[in-house]
Amino acid sequence: MGSATTPSQTIGPFFHDALLDEDRSELVPPDHPQAIRIEGTVYDGTGDPVPDAMVEIWQANSAGRYDDPEDDRKDLPLDKGFAGYGRSDTVNGGEFSFVTLKPGAVPGPGDQPQAPHIMVSVFARGLLRRVVTRIYFPDEEETNSSDPVLSSIDDPELRRTLIAVDEGGVLLFDIRLQGDNQTAFFEFSDE
Amino acid sequence: MRQQPTNETAGLRPKDDAQPPYLYPDYVATRLRAPKKPLIILPKALSDTTGPAYGRQSIGESDSDLTRQHEGEPLGERIIVHGKVLDGDGRPVRNSLVEIWQANAAGRYTHHLDRHHAPLDPNFGGAGRCRTDGEGLYRFVTIKPGAYPWKNHHNAWRPAHIHLSLFGPAYRSRLITQMYFPGDPLFGQDPIFQSVRDPKARERLISSFDLETTEPEWALAYRFDIVLEGRDATPMEDH
Repeated sequence: MGSATTPSQTIGPFFHDALLDEDRSELVPPDHPQAIRIEGTVYDGTGDPVPDAMVEIWQANSAGRYDDPEDDRKDLPLDKGFAGYGRSDTVNGGEFSFVTLKPGAVPGPGDQPQAPHIMVSVFARGLLRRVVTRIYFPDEEETNSSDPVLSSIDDPELRRTLIAVDEGGVLLFDIRLQGDNQTAFFEFSDE
Repeated sequence: MRQQPTNETAGLRPKDDAQPPYLYPDYVATRLRAPKKPLIILPKALSDTTGPAYGRQSIGESDSDLTRQHEGEPLGERIIVHGKVLDGDGRPVRNSLVEIWQANAAGRYTHHLDRHHAPLDPNFGGAGRCRTDGEGLYRFVTIKPGAYPWKNHHNAWRPAHIHLSLFGPAYRSRLITQMYFPGDPLFGQDPIFQSVRDPKARERLISSFDLETTEPEWALAYRFDIVLEGRDATPMEDH
């Protein structure tokens, strides 16, 4: 018996009018007092920038609550106007950017705490299905070291690809689809 | 006979056998973009069992009718494309955004990077969106897209298709796919379609002609049902 899901197919190169007809990369206004800026470049296996990708993010608010009824932790505030979802294209030389808030910590498997993180998907021509990764924060050394997902990655170099680099107040997070320094990508477990 | 992808390292074979591999060398663009390191298993957590309620954004009346977004009517065969969206647990995906984009009847996208020598249609933009209703049903009116050439290999043509983007109940159910039309003679040589190695899964990418939904003297109809990964399990085929 096989799976009954509808197969994924590539986003192709011509999605912009439908999916990015308006800017969805600013989850909060840039002048929001707690705004953070995330920038990165998507690279292919030869180190060339990927100029036709779409990067999506999904995250909890600064209190660590997701804007979804499935997250029923009513003791944590919802942040009206912060949906936790964003999209960016990579038209100019493979670069994407987001303006958002740093998420709070959220519970992980078995209610073990996870370090603050942002879920990331990349869609592109040449990707038959999305790749999924996470952005972790460089100022969270202690919580990162006990994060169950980061800890499950044995190779320290691969683990490091998930932690953004603070460069003068901007968080840099490059995504390398292939190659020796490839970004760590995830597969969702049913457990 | 079920063919296995041959050039995929073990950790990169999709867990869900309906899904295409990352590396499918016949589709040339995968060669430099497919990840090659084994995927990290991500245990289930709120981070991915929740998902954006992106469908909350307002949707205009003509957003789901791609034949009425411009002053005149687009050229081509008017069609109705509709179907039901289910999550992996068999529940209808309600009030959820469906976004589509496609080439015009001549096989040309409005996109500035589409250089195919086929005419643009000033009355067709090729982008639409709607929300599923309380039963998970969606419906678009559009024109049938044309096949178009691409440079993947000598004399390569994409079968006519409509791109669809869906959210479902959780971040893990997010899907971008393509819907094809029954009986397309280009299926056999299209590596994007063929990248789905399970023939039964591949068939689920093909819409069915739906006489019942056809509107006499006005439009033909195609049905395309979609099953997304659920919060709780990978959905399995009924036997």
